[in-house]
Formats: sequence, C-alpha cells, structure tokens
Amino acid sequence: MLSDKDRVYTNLYGIHDWTLAGARSRGDWDGTKDIIARGRDAIIEEMKASGLRGRGGAGFPTGLKWSFMPKQSDGGPAYLVVNADESEPGTCKDRDILRHDPHKLVEGCLIAGFAMGATAAYIYIRGEFYNESRNLQHAIDEAYEAGLIGKNASGSGYDFDVYMHRGAGAYICGEETALIESLEGKKGMPRLKPPFPAGMGLYGRPSTVNNVESISVAPTILRRGAAWFSALGRPNNAGTKLFCISGHVNKPCNVEEELGIPMRELIEKYAGGVRGGWDNLLAVIPGGASVPVLPKSMCDEAIMDFDSLRAMRSGLGTAAVIVMDKSTDIIKAIARLSQFYKHESCGQCTPCREGTGWMMRVMNRMVQGRAEIPEIDTLEKVTRQIEGHTICALGDAAAWPIQGLIRHFRPVMEERIAAYKASHGAPAAPRMAAE
Amino acid sequence: MAEQHGEDFEQPTSFAFDAESEGLVAYHLAKYPADKKASAVLPLLDIVQRQMKRHTDSAWVPRVAMDVIAERLEMAPIRVYEVATFYLMFNLKPVGKWHLQCCTTTPCWLRGSDDVVAAAREFTGIKHFGETSADGLFTMTEVECVGACVNAPILQVNDDFYEDMDSESTKKLLEALKRNAPPPVGSMIGRKHSAPEGGPITLLDIKPAE
Repeated sequence: MLSDKDRVYTNLYGIHDWTLAGARSRGDWDGTKDIIARGRDAIIEEMKASGLRGRGGAGFPTGLKWSFMPKQSDGGPAYLVVNADESEPGTCKDRDILRHDPHKLVEGCLIAGFAMGATAAYIYIRGEFYNESRNLQHAIDEAYEAGLIGKNASGSGYDFDVYMHRGAGAYICGEETALIESLEGKKGMPRLKPPFPAGMGLYGRPSTVNNVESISVAPTILRRGAAWFSALGRPNNAGTKLFCISGHVNKPCNVEEELGIPMRELIEKYAGGVRGGWDNLLAVIPGGASVPVLPKSMCDEAIMDFDSLRAMRSGLGTAAVIVMDKSTDIIKAIARLSQFYKHESCGQCTPCREGTGWMMRVMNRMVQGRAEIPEIDTLEKVTRQIEGHTICALGDAAAWPIQGLIRHFRPVMEERIAAYKASHGAPAAPRMAAE
Repeated sequence: MAEQHGEDFEQPTSFAFDAESEGLVAYHLAKYPADKKASAVLPLLDIVQRQMKRHTDSAWVPRVAMDVIAERLEMAPIRVYEVATFYLMFNLKPVGKWHLQCCTTTPCWLRGSDDVVAAAREFTGIKHFGETSADGLFTMTEVECVGACVNAPILQVNDDFYEDMDSESTKKLLEALKRNAPPPVGSMIGRKHSAPEGGPITLLDIKPAE
C-alpha cells in the first residue's frame, strides 16, 4: 500500500486549507525559482526520466510531449493549455485537484509553461465545475498577488500569465484540438492533425495541451526527483495515480495509489469491496466509459496500469473504475453509454454523427432483445466501420464499449433475444434496421 | 426567433449589459489577445445568462443578446448562434428558478439516478425532460456525466451539485428549494467530498495547515 508520504495530492478530500497558506504548508511553491533555474532542458529531461505518462487517458509520455515545442522562440506567444474539461463518464479526479489542491496546478502551469517555452497558460475547465472554478480562480489570484506568477514569476526572471476559461457543456471539448477551437470562440469541433498543436495550436501559435493531473504532479516530481517517482508503480507505468471508484461498491471514493495495483485490491482496500462481495461482481469498466468492459474472470487478474489493461484489450484511460455487480443489466449499462456518445458527437464526421445514433438505436433494441441474433455481428461490423474512420477518437470511444460487450457478454445478448422471441412470438424487428 | 413556429415564450426585443455585467465583460476580454475577441464568446454568453437570472430569476440567453454579443466581439451573428446552440449549458428558452439537471449516465444510473428522476417528476409534476413545472419553479433537464461519479447519483441545481442522492433526499431537497431554502451543497449523506463513507482511510498522516 502506498504510504501517505508518497502521496502527491495531500488535500484530495478537502480536509485542509486549499488556499495559498495551506498549500505552502503542504510544500507547494517551495523552491519554484530554483526549479526554473535548472533550465528548460534539465526540467524536460527530469520529466522524461520520471516516466510520467499523460494522465488524461492516452498515456503519452509527458516530458516527451513538452519537448515537441519549438526550442527557439520566434518572439511571439506560445501556450500551455490545460485540459480541465473532465467529462469522461466515471471520472472525477481533476475535480478534486481543482477544488482542493488548485495551487499544485497553478505552480505546475508555471513550471511546465517555462519548460516548454510558453508565455501563458489557459486552463479550460468544464462549465459544470462552477464552484471548482471559483476555487481555482481564487488560487490564480493569490498566486498573482504573491508574485508567484505574472511578471518575474516567483523571482525567476520569467514572465508568465495564467488564465482560466470556463467551458459550457460539451464532452468533445476534452479532445485537444476541439478544446483549442472552443477556446478560440468556436464550436468544439476537432481539427485534422497535422498540423499538430506544438507547431500550430491556439491562435495558430505553438501550444501543448496537457491534463490537469499531468501538470499538477510535475512540481512534486521535480522537487522529489525522477528517481522517486519512477520507483513507484511498474516499469513503463511509473508513479502514483488518482483512481475514481464508482458504481456498485460499498464505499465509492477517489484515492491515490501506485500504478500497477491489482484491481481487486484497489476495490476491496479503498472502496469497501463490491456490493455483496467479490463473487457478486459481474464486470468492471476499468478506465472511464471509453474503454472496453472486463468480465469478472478478467477482473480477478487485472492489474491497474496502462500496459496490463491494454494487454486485456481494455485500457487504463482516466483510471475511472466503474464497478457493476450481478444485479446489473450489462446491455443497458453499455446502451446508456451509446446514448452518451450519440449526444456528445460533434457531428463533423459522418461515420460518428450517423454511426453513434445508429449504434444507440440498435443497442436500445438489444436491451429489449427486440433483434435477430445475426444483428449482433452486424453491430460489431458497424463499430469497426466507425472506429478509426473519424478525425478524433470519439468515434473509437463510442465503438469500444460495444465491442467489449459483444466480446464478453454475447451469450447474455443472445439470451435476451431468445427471451423476447419466446414472449412475443414471431420476430417483431425488421432485420438490420436501426429502428 | 419569435417569428418561429412552436415557440411558446416571448423573446425580449432588446438587451443591454448592466453595470455588473459590463465589469465582467471587461474582465474576461482582458484574458485574450486584443485581436482574438471571439475567445470571449463563451464567457459573454454566460454573463448574459446570469444577468437574465438576476433580472428575471430565469437563467437563459435571449436571441437579441446574442446579437449584442456578436457586435461586441466583432463576430458574425451566426457564429454566436452556432456556439450558443452547440453548448448544452446555454438555455435558449426561459427555465424555472431551480434548474434541475439530472445526470443519468451509466455511473449515476448504476447508483439509482432513475429513482432521483422519478422522485423529481413526482414532486414537480414534470412529465418530460425540458419542461417547466406549472408553478414555474422547476425545470428538469437530462444531462450527461457531470464529473462527480464517486458521489453518484448527482442532481445539479443551477450551479450546485447535490450528491449521493436517493428518492427520499430528492424529495427533501425539492421541498427545501420550494421554500427558497437550499441546503448546503455536496453530499446529502454527510460524506466528506470524495472520501469514502465513514471518513478517509488515507491521508491520515497529513498534518493540518498551521
């Protein structure tokens, strides 16, 4: 079990003072000037050595991402954009950072921004986090007042501004280029890449988009050293991570643990176990709505890190663990996610715009069993035609939960269809149609 | 839009930012480069919605206000309309004093959001999402994941999250709102934020701030 001294988010539950005084008493803003004095290259090398992989879902190495920004400034602005648009169903970790440890994020903005040669940071926070945004803005204001950011930030000789920007209710804005579009005052529709944001991002300027957790963990890594962080977790899956454990557990909660903790241990130690005991477990979505569901037999063995869950054809995603016990209608649980993706598709790419609606309608019939058995294969095939055929990953995210359902719970779907036929006689549904 | 068919409410014919809003407009515009005013379109739509709340007790964005924003930000009006209609949080018609935003996405559904919705329907008499109660006090909207899943189910009322809800606490909450006495926001079962029920079992060694 991770000991408290190795936990980064020491005010996760908001028990202590979240303002500047409290943050300082827990070690934030300690020696920030000295960290900056190490220089851009040294900071990026340390971040690379720490093994930190992006905490927003994709798991891309954070230090490497920072290194993509231009080494030499052309004199114009460059931006760090922080993705605080936390909207992946199951995920509520950034919320705790924003409301209870906002100074970790503000300090992280300065250090990361300096390391990548940015002149300012925009923190894009989802609009629904209104109360959280007040805490964050208060922390930004305090940091300006104390000279920690702004002109000659923290006495470093570096000028750096931090601005907060509130979204207004659109899951797609968590996609990095949609977020940039939204920040520019447009609909949140993803951009084609290339050009990548590091070359041409916000306002056409070099930009890097990072998740809240990735940025806010950086100051602690740089203070305690890459060796400390990389010693936690497992090879290629370094460090600690915030986990959100929701659904059918006795005590849902957020907790910080090492990557590589067994799923069962995570659920039983911190969330009071599965409702009705481990044997009452049906399935777990281990990393937020987008990743494929795992049946109990795989949960018995699952290790909570990027590579282990990928090997199970699922993913760590945002480390949002959604637990479902045997009372769950698993088809309905996934169908509700199909409704989510249908609602959140931005409508730009045809396979996603049309496909998410089609999949939702077929999934709703599957919930009733009002379908033919071969339609399960048709549904699977359609998910493959959406996956990988859209500008951004929302199409993939809509396809994967259904693929996971079919892979692991096909007999349940077939039983449902048989039961419907038994109680309704002849097939009621036109074959292969969405309605 | 008043000329459109099927609109059962009145669009105001004019809109002007009040003094409080003007202060906020200036504050937000200062965040963006001078030639990138369009970036302020989300903040300004939000400012409009809050001003409407202050003046009429209904948080919404009238069409004419979008035109005012377009002029202020030097944008084509259509660019403002398309933003206002793309983002869920802008109400394009009047809503009740208490806007009940019911999260029903899978994590909330697993924890009983159906019960919360049923209790809210019964209390308010609202039959379908998007409708306002006969007394004008409540509007119910179905929303997607609000990002507080370890405290599911969530009922968001205006800006605030009420967490760990069930049928009983929904009824109590709505009764309190009807009396204009909203209870403290957060967990309705006394949990400390996202800590497990019964209190944290980690971070016990962290000393409180001096």
